[in-house]
Amino acid sequence: MTPLLEAKSVTRVFKRGAFGRGFLIALEDFSLTIKGEKPTITAIVGESGSGKTTLANILAGLLPCTKGQVLYEGKNLKQMSGTEWHRFRREVQVIFQDPFEVYNPFYKVDHALTTPIDKFHLAESKRQRTELIGQALEAVGLRTEETLGRFPHELSGGQRQRVMVARALLTRPRLIIADEPVSMVDASMRATILESLRHLELERGISIIYITHDLATAYQISQNIVVLYSGSVAEAGDVRLVIQQPQHPYTVLLVASVARADPTRRWAVETEGSELASPANLLKGCKFSNRCPFVMQQCLERAPQLFRTDSRRATACYRYKDFPILPSSELETAFASGDVDMDA
Amino acid sequence: MNSDVLQVRDLQVRYHTARGPVKAVEHVNLSLREGERMGLVGESGSGKSTLVMSILRLIKPPGFVEAGEIWMTGLNSPDYPAEPTSGDRVRINLLSLSTEEMRRIRLARIGLITQGSMNSLNPVARVEDQLIDGMRAHGVRLSGREAKSKVSEFLGQVGLRPEVARMYPHELSGGMKQRVCIAIAASLRPKVIIADEPTSALDVVVQSRVIETLHRIQVTLNSSMILVGHDMGLMAQSVERLAVMYAGRVVEVSPVTDIFANPLHPYTRLLIASLPSFEHRGEFHGIPGLPPSLLEKMEGCPFHPRCPSVMDRCRSEEPILRDVDSNREAACHLL
Repeated sequence: MTPLLEAKSVTRVFKRGAFGRGFLIALEDFSLTIKGEKPTITAIVGESGSGKTTLANILAGLLPCTKGQVLYEGKNLKQMSGTEWHRFRREVQVIFQDPFEVYNPFYKVDHALTTPIDKFHLAESKRQRTELIGQALEAVGLRTEETLGRFPHELSGGQRQRVMVARALLTRPRLIIADEPVSMVDASMRATILESLRHLELERGISIIYITHDLATAYQISQNIVVLYSGSVAEAGDVRLVIQQPQHPYTVLLVASVARADPTRRWAVETEGSELASPANLLKGCKFSNRCPFVMQQCLERAPQLFRTDSRRATACYRYKDFPILPSSELETAFASGDVDMDA
Repeated sequence: MNSDVLQVRDLQVRYHTARGPVKAVEHVNLSLREGERMGLVGESGSGKSTLVMSILRLIKPPGFVEAGEIWMTGLNSPDYPAEPTSGDRVRINLLSLSTEEMRRIRLARIGLITQGSMNSLNPVARVEDQLIDGMRAHGVRLSGREAKSKVSEFLGQVGLRPEVARMYPHELSGGMKQRVCIAIAASLRPKVIIADEPTSALDVVVQSRVIETLHRIQVTLNSSMILVGHDMGLMAQSVERLAVMYAGRVVEVSPVTDIFANPLHPYTRLLIASLPSFEHRGEFHGIPGLPPSLLEKMEGCPFHPRCPSVMDRCRSEEPILRDVDSNREAACHLL
């Protein structure tokens, strides 16, 4: 079966500085396949500058890639006909990070919901339109009478973000790309929004690409995780393996740095800072080599490929070089299948 | 009682808007002990920033401190050249000081680091000049050599290399800029450090480093710290006592180990339950409902519309913050 969405060796380079002489590799040789047979939530985590948002924009067709291609149901986004593009736009929805910036302050929030309905001709009558909006709002736990007819500034950040989830739902998408949907929302609201995302996956069969810097929420809602570091995959696979027994030194550091809500368990602090070291994307070898406690000569010479360390995980680190190499285009073979088996 | 550096008594702050007064802080009582790290958590709009900004008297119109007192103890310290008052271990109500007296207290006695601190650095001045700018503004006279040695001392304290002194802010990462700001806030060895969401804009790895830096500075200076934020994980890792705010009120104050082991107020309990953990997958729940509007008059407990254990009494009578244990306080009719 043709996969739903496929990124093949995607590289994105940004030119910088006067006359475009400087450049920044935001994403390098990245491949990802969302099969879409069973709904899944795939988390993509990384710190600022790791290429997360660039990736979200490329997958959503909002940014062209420098090399490689993105396919939706086997069709290259760049070569789509008008109708195909229109369908892609309807079936793949994006939720952005900032629930304050995405609204036009002059319109009531209704506008954000009626626009996609009109644009994609989803309703035949006004009554049907109201019904659709009501259903979508209900799905994210909002009450119509408390939401519609208001201006964006009259809603809280959490409410606004949930309206955005409802908006994404209206078009009955097959895939939602959520780029840091809860990073600007209060902790108490975070859980509510993520719960509604998980319900979408379970009840409506929508696959979700959840892009975040928050490992704890990624662990909570996703089946598979891709850890990005400076535009390359550091580690990927079954979220339980990656979070509970991280292998790549960067993932180890990331997991240890999370402030756990348990005063009896101290967090780890990276003491040897390398914040002034040369930017990671200019390094010839492994991008993490200037921060890595296990750095070897080999790491400085050539960037490591992905090694398949487990049936459900791959790690890009020479410490695991005895394991078979996994071509980056086959990354999804290291993913857990789409079964939603939450720990009882 | 005398070991409190800071005592907030019955503080009330309102923002006068066109739609009526917003009761941002309502009758808050809170004390900060000497050498203590205290956390202040709450959702956006719960009044936590307003509370700490009133301590610094940085509330701008339409916001006004309507009532209350903020007492600061032990204003004498040998490092401060221009004494606002004389005498040993004086207590002063910050709200009664003149604007100039208050200006001298800021930085010298109370240092502030905010989420946006790192963006407040002057982009066209070197780090070294910005580090001693505050000291100079507070009347410290430094020779060129003294200034140099102070700068490297400050940078060392926050774990930055001496080269950073000659750099401009754009050459530093977010975490490094935030540490420069910590160095500035600590430059006059304040008795109290207020950190208002100091790491919200930073990555997790950098976040732990910045918090540890703050921690180290606070211990070295033997000052007290108020850490404001909404991240309970961060609080668990960095403070000793935690005050929980809801709708402009302090609803619980407890030692941090007790609050996580056995939260007293239902709001605290739900807040802790809403945190995603690494242990139990798929077990976290949001708090149903929304915080009340601070514009409207509230009947009873501000949390009662969302509280799972609401009783009749909660709808009519507002609970006051009272001692539950020797070291714990909560405002709930259940207790």
